[in-house]
Amino acid sequence: MRLSVSHRTTYRFAEPVRDLVQSQRLQPADCENQRVVDWSVRAEGGQIGAGFRDGAGDWVQTLSMRGWVSGLTVEVAGEVETADLNGVLRGHRETVRPPVYLRHSRATRPSTGLRRLAEAAVAGEETGLGRAHALARTVTETIVYSPGETDAATTAAEALEHGYGVCQDQTHVLIAAALTLGIPARYVAGYLFSEGGDAMAEASHAWAELFLEGLGWVGFDPANACCPDARYIRLGSGFDAVDAAPIRGVAQGVATEYLDVEVNVAQVQQQ
Amino acid sequence: MSKAADPRYFNEMEDGGAVRAPYAGLQDWMQDMPVELRTLKQHEAEKLFRRIGITFAVYGEGGDPDRLIPFDMFPRVFSADEWRKLERGIKQRARALNAFLCDVYGRGEIVRAGRIPDKLVYTNEAYEKAVVGIMPPKGVYSQIVGIDLVRVGPDEFYVLEDNCRTPSGVSYMLENREIMMRMFPQLFQKNRIAPVEGYARALKRTLHSVAPKKCDGEPCAVILTPGHFNSAYYEHTFLADMMGLELVEGQDLFVEGDFVWMKTTEGPQKVDVIYRRIDDAFLDPLCFRPDSMLGVPGLMNVYRSGGVTICSAPGAGVADDKAIYTYVPEMVRFYLGEEPILRNVPTWQCARPDERKYVLEHLPELVVKEVHGSGGYGMLVGPKSTEGQIEAFRSKIEERPENYIAQPTLALSTCPSFVEEGVAPRHVDLRPFCLVGEEIELVPGGLTRVALKEGSLVVNSSQGGGVKDTWVLAE
Repeated sequence: MRLSVSHRTTYRFAEPVRDLVQSQRLQPADCENQRVVDWSVRAEGGQIGAGFRDGAGDWVQTLSMRGWVSGLTVEVAGEVETADLNGVLRGHRETVRPPVYLRHSRATRPSTGLRRLAEAAVAGEETGLGRAHALARTVTETIVYSPGETDAATTAAEALEHGYGVCQDQTHVLIAAALTLGIPARYVAGYLFSEGGDAMAEASHAWAELFLEGLGWVGFDPANACCPDARYIRLGSGFDAVDAAPIRGVAQGVATEYLDVEVNVAQVQQQ
Repeated sequence: MSKAADPRYFNEMEDGGAVRAPYAGLQDWMQDMPVELRTLKQHEAEKLFRRIGITFAVYGEGGDPDRLIPFDMFPRVFSADEWRKLERGIKQRARALNAFLCDVYGRGEIVRAGRIPDKLVYTNEAYEKAVVGIMPPKGVYSQIVGIDLVRVGPDEFYVLEDNCRTPSGVSYMLENREIMMRMFPQLFQKNRIAPVEGYARALKRTLHSVAPKKCDGEPCAVILTPGHFNSAYYEHTFLADMMGLELVEGQDLFVEGDFVWMKTTEGPQKVDVIYRRIDDAFLDPLCFRPDSMLGVPGLMNVYRSGGVTICSAPGAGVADDKAIYTYVPEMVRFYLGEEPILRNVPTWQCARPDERKYVLEHLPELVVKEVHGSGGYGMLVGPKSTEGQIEAFRSKIEERPENYIAQPTLALSTCPSFVEEGVAPRHVDLRPFCLVGEEIELVPGGLTRVALKEGSLVVNSSQGGGVKDTWVLAE
């Protein structure tokens, strides 16, 4: 499937701030699941530098703006050819060893509830893949999609207590539950193409990858109760949402920040 | 000597009533010094230390930062022969530790070969995912390696721990010498003592030698400090002065384009090498702790793309972790194909059930330490503890076994020290500072810490420890 992406992030500051710096992970990596046909990242007035491919196989670069800044727009546009590999990540070049992803972060810290959820979910499952599917299914059933109930800082344990959340929370719960069972798990940020009319809200998406013996990294999307297929574009990964964030930035100053994110993913009709 | 030596401990000055050769030059000096002169000199030394402002606690040891660490005027002495062997052992260890770091952030051969368990490395708190695949200039992760040693016999040295991040205390090594030379110039005329003053030049040379490939021309190196509230701030200013380098805080640096820049009155100046004295977690809010105000946003991206060298490299701490320590002799064999010259203290991992069982059965005779602890805190010295203290520690180990390791109580050597009643043996350790860059260099000396409390085996300044000048005699 060929997908086109336009992703525009607009920052406006109530008072100008100084010396803005961003670490960006905005470039999909080529693998058997996806191939970049065309891609660009632009930011008016910003200087882009210090780019490199990190150990997890993601392209990371730095945007810097010296002096006073009252606003910034980061525009990502491109086309990606995707394939459906039943969620299995294939041919992605990375050097970070899977056991590194056995560590929990602030957001995926274990709790008694998470341990119980995980143990109950996998009871009776014989295979690694069976356990992973069972975990993902349980998370889908337990964390009801409900925007506005949680915020960016909500942890997996908190989301489980609420029983509500968005894709970030569902993904954190799945990772945290997998970690309690000793399954390496990580957070993936990316884009999702939806054929329905309400695609806009969820075009910027997150899911989890679990490392399964014999298969490698396999994606699970608890928000949509499926494994990533040709509708998904993978941007980058990390321990949790903060670590995998497509944009991490800071600036000097205390102004209120207004953020506007517009993401559009469409299918390109090929002749 | 005013007090008979305890036969259980190796006395560095005396051997069966005779003075050991390295200390021969101190015999008369010690005997000829009347108590009044000694008291006078001790006051003089204290005044000098106060004047130069060296009042910090050795980093990570905590305690009152403005407290003066007691300086004991009686030097600790090594013969040229003794030092030669130590030097070979220290350099060997520093090479192996760096080879290990390159490996575990690269191909992980030692893990693949089954010589060290993968989880011990890859799930270690100090292992940084962010630097996987990064090869720093000259393949050096830890440019300044502090190796803590104790001596138990004429020819027996044990490594207590390795410090691959930012070991401190080198300013004491230099200042102790400076003050001894000022107070007892005749001692330095009578004895041929190898100088340590070359350390600052050697450190600068080391920092320059690891400048990134992108740096053309004379590298600009700086020292990055968390600021004056840090307990080792004096050392940061001292080293900056000695090397003629800028001492900067995070706010003095910024990232633009491919590089890190320093704000100066003449405009931005590109920085090539950063000798940082702040922890990994605070280096860059865009990579590590988002709330850090001490670091430089974007610094890690510049580092990872080869625009700047950070000394020591973020993630270097995985080599000096107390659980990894057990495997350092294995690293020497694996990477260098050599037998380790310095010994490791036998260590029991409480995480392993059979070893934990042994530890719990032998607590009164063991030293138990926290895996990530430092400074002599959170530590049990079995033979010096009450039954209550031992039982309290037992429950701690049972609760979190993976947090503890245990070692036999070592018979630390003693060195004569000035005490209330005259001169008496006190237990000592040694921290030499090995520099790793284009070359491996070791200044002949180090920081000798002394447990000034009678009978105490804990040399940490937070636990009543002091410092001594450390001599290496010239050939």
